[in-house]
Amino acid sequence: MEIHRRKDQIELSELDPFLAELLRQIPTSADPNGVPAAEQRIFSSPSSGKETEICAEWKTYVEPELRRLFQTATETVATDLQQLNGNEKSFANRTLRIPSKHADAWLSALNQARLVIAAKHDFTENELNDHFRSPIGSRRDLSLFQVNFYGFLQEFILRELED
Amino acid sequence: MAQIKEMQGLTYASNEQAGTITTAEPTIEKETRSEEDLDLPWQVIVHNDPVNLMSYVTMVFQRVFGYPREKAEKHMLEVHHGGRSILWSGMREPAELYVQQLHGYLLLATLEKVS
Repeated sequence: MEIHRRKDQIELSELDPFLAELLRQIPTSADPNGVPAAEQRIFSSPSSGKETEICAEWKTYVEPELRRLFQTATETVATDLQQLNGNEKSFANRTLRIPSKHADAWLSALNQARLVIAAKHDFTENELNDHFRSPIGSRRDLSLFQVNFYGFLQEFILRELED
Repeated sequence: MAQIKEMQGLTYASNEQAGTITTAEPTIEKETRSEEDLDLPWQVIVHNDPVNLMSYVTMVFQRVFGYPREKAEKHMLEVHHGGRSILWSGMREPAELYVQQLHGYLLLATLEKVS
């Protein structure tokens, strides 16, 4: 995979089918529904528990706003990812172009996906910092790779935003 | 408990022909604030999270609080090494808005009353 900044877009080229599939999975992976630990992390409490009134107001007024915000970001990413659904040969490398104006949506969706996956598998800090773990031998290993791959993309997008 | 704020609005009407200046009655506006507003300040606290990237957290602090990079990094490292950092303290309403923004960026942030 190669990643470049091209004018007003970020281009991910030479995407092999495996990485393309991981990218396609971002919107699904970002969905915390059905995973209580992930729901709890994505919609964490605004107080350490003592302020019950704040928590109740938050559930009613703020949480729906946050849900909309996160959903909008994943929808933007899902639209960009449609580029990977062409009629090319299934094993051919693909190219994905992310408009710079979608950078924030990508940062959000990648973060949602990383948090949901990490919560689902209850990854430890040591596991998350083990960037040389290989080979992928289980679903857990694959999920850890996914978290790190999405993190790598986030880092690149962040660098682009700084320039 | 109430805080009283007085504002004196003076208006002048001149009568050049008569050579006199008359001053209108001052208006006194009273503004009251609830006990809660005058209470102890609230703190916006960000807690450590092994998933969020350090560079991402720094960017969020810069965006939400308008901190320069150095200050944002200092707080990010405080979160990373100490488990938490107080990012801001003040009145409840802006503190709530900051926490809301931080949650929008998926950071673990809480609002706590200074004890």
